[in-house]
Amino acid sequence: MPREGFHKRMKELERDVLAMGEMVIDAIHQSVAALGSLNADQARQVIANDTRVDRKRWELEEQCVDLIATQQPVASDLREIIAALSIVRDLERIGDYAEGIGKIVLMHGDQPLVKSLTYLPAMAEKAVSMLRRSLEAFVSRDAKTACAICNEDDEVDKLYDQAYHDLLHRMIENPSVITRATYLIWASHNIERIADRATNIAESVVYLVTGTPTELNVSKY
Amino acid sequence: MEVESKIQTVDLNLYYGSFQALTDVNIRVPARNVTAIIGPSGCGKSTLLRCFNRMNDLVERTQVKGQIVIDGQDILAPDTDVVALRRKVGMVFQRPNVFSLSIYHNLKFGLRIHNMLSRSDQILQSVRQGLEQVGLWDDLKDRLRTNAHSLTLEQQQRLCIARVLILKPDIILLDEPCSALDPIATLRVEELLRVLRQDYTLVIVTHNMQQAARVSDFTGFMYLGRLIEFADTQRIFTNPRERLTEDYIRGSFG
Repeated sequence: MPREGFHKRMKELERDVLAMGEMVIDAIHQSVAALGSLNADQARQVIANDTRVDRKRWELEEQCVDLIATQQPVASDLREIIAALSIVRDLERIGDYAEGIGKIVLMHGDQPLVKSLTYLPAMAEKAVSMLRRSLEAFVSRDAKTACAICNEDDEVDKLYDQAYHDLLHRMIENPSVITRATYLIWASHNIERIADRATNIAESVVYLVTGTPTELNVSKY
Repeated sequence: MEVESKIQTVDLNLYYGSFQALTDVNIRVPARNVTAIIGPSGCGKSTLLRCFNRMNDLVERTQVKGQIVIDGQDILAPDTDVVALRRKVGMVFQRPNVFSLSIYHNLKFGLRIHNMLSRSDQILQSVRQGLEQVGLWDDLKDRLRTNAHSLTLEQQQRLCIARVLILKPDIILLDEPCSALDPIATLRVEELLRVLRQDYTLVIVTHNMQQAARVSDFTGFMYLGRLIEFADTQRIFTNPRERLTEDYIRGSFG
């Protein structure tokens, strides 16, 4: 292979995107756990860690720009770099959503949760599963799996619907919980957005494999 | 959008003695566009280019089968006027091949051998137009009588292009026209080709894939004498259909 050095750098880029994916998946887990136990220290940790995610985003974008500027990538190499650029932006934003849940925990304070978190962990688990598998599809160039992931976004939307209506009812029943219930709606919305971003990543994979930009699933929200 | 084709080959096969250099090439070169032919050394791209003005006739023991249709005429037909063909289908080579004559006489030379000489004020008018088209007139108008070899390589190559243009061709074939030029001169000549495409059909053979990507509207990839893929340049460089094309342009072989 005449361009061994270049292709080694492309592999490194893939590995770094996966590593950044693990960083934000960890942030999602930590933030949802912090909300479930109203653990302010854990929430602060998630907020502090987000600067690392941001730094990683700029680092990876720089790698992509450098590869484009110095290596003149074409065809699937070019598409991979364009997909990576788009994916790291989605990951950075997913990190912000997790950070947002951390901030909600701090706003919520010590008051008891309106209700035990039933929908939220399930939504988070689904969103993380979508995210992890879209990143795997990126590395294995699996457009079929990527397409299938996009359809799973509807399940997250459905859970969000349920959580929203449930919390709305509690507010109607007991206006004293309005503030706390609103916080939980915000947190659920953040998770819903994470699933949307996972869908974006899956779309980037489809672009990488087929060369055609495709809108695969338009979220309800 | 269907683009009018200027050159079309039908099952073109070419042999140098017993060696088959082109195999079943079917290509449609779109009119008033730049078409690039890329491929590894020995893939037949220069051979194909030289078919379009029958330059291969000059190579001994060359045998050509199939058709090459330009403006509805098969130029391989025995009654083809090859001199007229080469006026209509001009060619620019790797190294600028200016004659050791003045700038003026380099340009006049083509007019003379094609019996296009007219009154001297008209010749000067043609010389001026040719030099203007390649962006040399302002620099050279006061020294038309100096020897063309005193020019920079870029100016010499531009002069060669002017020498083709002055004969009012339809098609210009360019065989690695920038390989003797430095990168800046290369970019300037590429700009010139982009301007010329408005009035001429250009076919460029190049080793430099980035040059093909920058300068052409359509790209053909050749390998072992066959045209593997032909498509618009953007598609070839972002999403080629053929695995061989993909591997070649990504630098996975060659």
